[in-house]
Amino acid sequence: MTKVTMTVNGRPQTRDVPDTTLLSDFLREELRLTGTHVGCDTSQCGACVVHVDGRAVKACTALAVALDGAEVTTIEGIAQGKELHPMQTAFNDHHGLQCGFCTPGMIMTGIDMVERYKASGLPLTEEAIRHELEGNICRCTGYHNIVRAIEDAAQKMQAAPAAAAE
Amino acid sequence: MYPTTYHKPASLSDAAAALSASDEAMVLAGGQTLLPTMKQRLASPSALVDIRAIPELRGITVSGATVTIGAATTHAEVAGHHGVQQTIPALACLAAGIGDPAVRHMGTIGGSVANNDPAADYPAAVLGLGATVVTNTREIAADDFFEGMFATALDEGEIITAIRFEAPKRAAYMKFRNPASRYAIVGVFVAETDAGARVAVTGAGADGVFRHSGMEAALSASFAPEAIDGCEVGEGDMASDIHASAAYRAHLVTVMARRAVAGAV
Amino acid sequence: MTDGIGARARRKEDRRFITGKGKYTDDIRVENQAYAAFVRCPVAHARINGVDASAALAMEGVIAVYTGPDLKADGIGDIITGWAITSKDGSPMKTGVWSPLVTEYGRYVGDAIAIVVAETQSQARAAAETVELDFEELPAVVLADRALEEGAAQVHDNVPGNLIYTWELGDEAKTDAAMANASHVTELDIVNNRLSPNAMEPRSAVAVYDEAEDHYTLYTTSQNPHVARLVLSAFYNVAPEHKLRVIAPDVGGGFGSKIYIYPEEIACLWASMKTGRSVKWTSERGEAFLTDAHGRDHVTKAKMGFDNEGRIVAFHVDTIANLGAYASLFATVTPTYLYGTLWSGQYDIPAIYGTVRAVHTNTVPVDAYRGAGRPEATYMIERVMEVAAREMRMDPAELRRRNFIREFPYQTQVILQYDAGDFDAILDKAQAAADVAGFPARRAEAEARGRLRGLGYSTFIEACGLAPSAAVGSLGAGVGLWESAEVRVNPVGTVEILTGAHSHGQGHETTFAQLVSDRFGVPIDNVQVVHGDTDKVQFGMGTYGSRSGPVGMSAVMKALDKVEAKARKIAAHTLEAAEDDLVIENGEVKVAGTDRKMGWHEVALAAYTAHNLPEGLEPGLKEGAFFDPVNFSFPSGALICEVEVDPETGVTEVVQFTAADDFGTIINPMIVEGQVHGGVTQGIGQAMLERVVYDEDGQLVTGSYMDYCMPRADDVPSYVLDHHSTPSPNNPLGLKGCGEAGAIGAPPAVINAITDAIGTETLQMPATPQAVWQALAWARTPVAAE
Repeated sequence: MTKVTMTVNGRPQTRDVPDTTLLSDFLREELRLTGTHVGCDTSQCGACVVHVDGRAVKACTALAVALDGAEVTTIEGIAQGKELHPMQTAFNDHHGLQCGFCTPGMIMTGIDMVERYKASGLPLTEEAIRHELEGNICRCTGYHNIVRAIEDAAQKMQAAPAAAAE
Repeated sequence: MYPTTYHKPASLSDAAAALSASDEAMVLAGGQTLLPTMKQRLASPSALVDIRAIPELRGITVSGATVTIGAATTHAEVAGHHGVQQTIPALACLAAGIGDPAVRHMGTIGGSVANNDPAADYPAAVLGLGATVVTNTREIAADDFFEGMFATALDEGEIITAIRFEAPKRAAYMKFRNPASRYAIVGVFVAETDAGARVAVTGAGADGVFRHSGMEAALSASFAPEAIDGCEVGEGDMASDIHASAAYRAHLVTVMARRAVAGAV
Repeated sequence: MTDGIGARARRKEDRRFITGKGKYTDDIRVENQAYAAFVRCPVAHARINGVDASAALAMEGVIAVYTGPDLKADGIGDIITGWAITSKDGSPMKTGVWSPLVTEYGRYVGDAIAIVVAETQSQARAAAETVELDFEELPAVVLADRALEEGAAQVHDNVPGNLIYTWELGDEAKTDAAMANASHVTELDIVNNRLSPNAMEPRSAVAVYDEAEDHYTLYTTSQNPHVARLVLSAFYNVAPEHKLRVIAPDVGGGFGSKIYIYPEEIACLWASMKTGRSVKWTSERGEAFLTDAHGRDHVTKAKMGFDNEGRIVAFHVDTIANLGAYASLFATVTPTYLYGTLWSGQYDIPAIYGTVRAVHTNTVPVDAYRGAGRPEATYMIERVMEVAAREMRMDPAELRRRNFIREFPYQTQVILQYDAGDFDAILDKAQAAADVAGFPARRAEAEARGRLRGLGYSTFIEACGLAPSAAVGSLGAGVGLWESAEVRVNPVGTVEILTGAHSHGQGHETTFAQLVSDRFGVPIDNVQVVHGDTDKVQFGMGTYGSRSGPVGMSAVMKALDKVEAKARKIAAHTLEAAEDDLVIENGEVKVAGTDRKMGWHEVALAAYTAHNLPEGLEPGLKEGAFFDPVNFSFPSGALICEVEVDPETGVTEVVQFTAADDFGTIINPMIVEGQVHGGVTQGIGQAMLERVVYDEDGQLVTGSYMDYCMPRADDVPSYVLDHHSTPSPNNPLGLKGCGEAGAIGAPPAVINAITDAIGTETLQMPATPQAVWQALAWARTPVAAE
């Protein structure tokens, strides 16, 4: 067992965990933040995507002990109180989810890509969005409305300062 | 996952000590291959030595035509590095096409090269550019480094610290992705250098990354797509699986090589 | 403002999902939680001589290990199939016995042999690995057609030749005679590739036994919790029905794979009672590939005869269907009554005959997967039509139009009577939306870029709203397929709808609420839809076969009728008006032509205060209803796919995909479009990416996303959709169902487009780059194709 401290959604959290504990298990089982989902065992489905130090990471493919001191943001941490993040609102507005299981990873990936493209100044085209979603699998929506949601959120986030997203 | 013990040394010497302290210890870099393998209980290292906190393993330096990339540098860092983009655009481009965005945020060049997965991208660049693999004990030329799938010249306890590339005149990497895994079914890295052309092929070979001497000779004579046309790619040397037969892989090697030459910058 | 029928209402359920607050089965952890892992058969066919769990039992945290004989000793029953099929010679079908934990034989890789219960998940998994199996490997058979060959491995002793049944449908003599006189006959060998459903949420179960009450609760990933409770009690003897509560909380997709009650749920529930602990099991993705029921897997010879004007005169089908090692719940009906009854497609075909031979193999059971039988029928018919058009040098759309059914009701030669449709209108809309007229120019432009561009059609009809109980009963179903609903109006006028349908992505919490909003003018936020809990909803048959709308919503409509009738009595009494003079709109009950009115909430309150009710009227405002339709519903559509092929590599891109559908009345267009997007994407997945592969020994090769190719965002385009509505006459709203249409219609459109592009028909699904490249190579060297 190793003592790990990380800041999760703005709050410091310390736990003693086995060294093999994955970040996804740390979040789900230790912190009971069950919005981060696990849909595969080969790091491909992306249902577990969270932000670690501001970057999208697959929580099923990172050890909790390796992230001592890290800042982690999960799907539970992106709304400001009752006010949803623009990406969350866009998924609702555009019917970007059906069963909801892949949705947390899609939203966290969506925010990450919009922020990166915004920082780089590159245009986030439909083709770019589809390419950026390579690591996130959805079985319900056929992606059509996920793409619409990210396009819409990107426009709204363009207006906002970058730091506000985290 | 089988139980293991995690170490996060702050120096290379501590890392080497931790590795030699345990029989089945393994280096943990980005973990994007090792952790899934452990989760599927296909690997059971007794100890994991995380090298990401060692300062000299991080970062990219560009000095003239020489690009040195610390082993713990992520794919996203390489892809987004202005100096790499300017000096060896093919390398930045290759890094931008590894895995998916989340994987690129964690996966490292050192991990990819040390693992030498037969379908990984980086081995093609390292071999295709004739790079130098720098370790805690020595420097190894790319031509001496890769020894067949998942096998390298690294000794036990030896840790890659950096990869050093010399910029070619022009180069390109063309990947044909496995539709399911998105790894390379065939990836061809071509480079025109002062010492002639180099062609490295990943994904396709039955024994991992390899150089194609026929194409190198043809391209050294004329670095043009048509030069590939007369080159033979032996089916017998190709891997074969449900996604691509040896014949299909052999065919794709020539197609990807031609397209890489056409796109070389 | 209300969100009634036809409104693009935003989904009410979304908020919990987009904030990470959804509650899926694996998110549930109860007091005293223990975890299960399963010991599985490592080979495709084995005689099991013994199971040694001594090492596992000695490990830290291990609570118990149970095997098949332990379950048998407690009277736990074998797993049932829900539909009895009769062979053409009149004999009943023969199926192998499937015990939740197998005892003497393992019959596929993944067959459950023992359950290990431990304090933690990792302890359970580690212990399961140490359970030693003493087994003898036996010969295995994997492929459908091989299973029928002389000398093939026998999967079950009581199923000689692995043949479960030889089912027939139609008139053989009439069909043969018509075929003999046909002026053109098109023959095609068709493989319908085996698929893995892959709902993104892996299956999971949390079983809780309460010793004090002798009561069981099962949280599970189910599309039909009441059916689960019924079979767990009546057939598997795990717990009596009144002592068992099954809860399907948020469920992350189903596509058929979560209809069935698998060994794991049975074993966890029973083990909870044995250990006195709550027992939780969650599938890993690799385990899901091994054990979730697969779909499709047909091998077919199809033959269609035409007269000299292109009119179909006869259709002949010969199919072998692979049902895997055991007959799962809907496995036997999927390749028969859900398949053969659609052999007429959208066409007026005077003579049809076909047989289906269902076989056991040493693979995981195959059962209904999105579309279930109807995609197999559609793919076959629509491939044959396209090939026939090319052979006869006719425009493929024109050939279809020449054979369209235009008068309804239409009695097919294969049992079904179609109730309504307008196939010309849908095809018109699809062709307009797809700009078919502009295709030659697009093809020429692609050619200039070195790309081969092709266009393919698919026009489909499906039988949905799985119901008519008497009809399905006469065809061998073990249950009735009606649906139930209850509408509870609270004293303040808010409304609860209890439905036996189950939402695992379909958006029922919104669309069912829209029915109430439409009827009473209540905002959808004042309507709560309750489903997925056998303690709350009295009974229901669940959600599959696109039945929640045509059957489930119809039950709600019946209950709403009853509520409205009572509300009118109360309002008429209070307002001193005749019931017929009342109008309900915008949340008010008004006396037409006057300014007298009551708010909806006032009517509700009056029902519960009961101070002034009409004489003899009971207090309260709550009604229930069961709905059992007189016929299936028949959604139809026309799909047009355009692809571009890179001839050098075989890489194929779907560059445009158009779907025009007739779903009858549409409650929420946004949600219906979403269903089409998802269905079409699964259809493109089947056509180009997905297939389950077992090696010759029966080991699963495609056991992870590394090898089983799921459609990604960059594999598919944005879609172009249109609708044309001919309401179904057989349910109160005119609904037809939309959940499966895309998966049914898309595969032939894709393959017809690719074969159009490459100019050869020697292509089976999935049309991977290698397959397309190979087909092109064969076409260039015709001799090699033999």
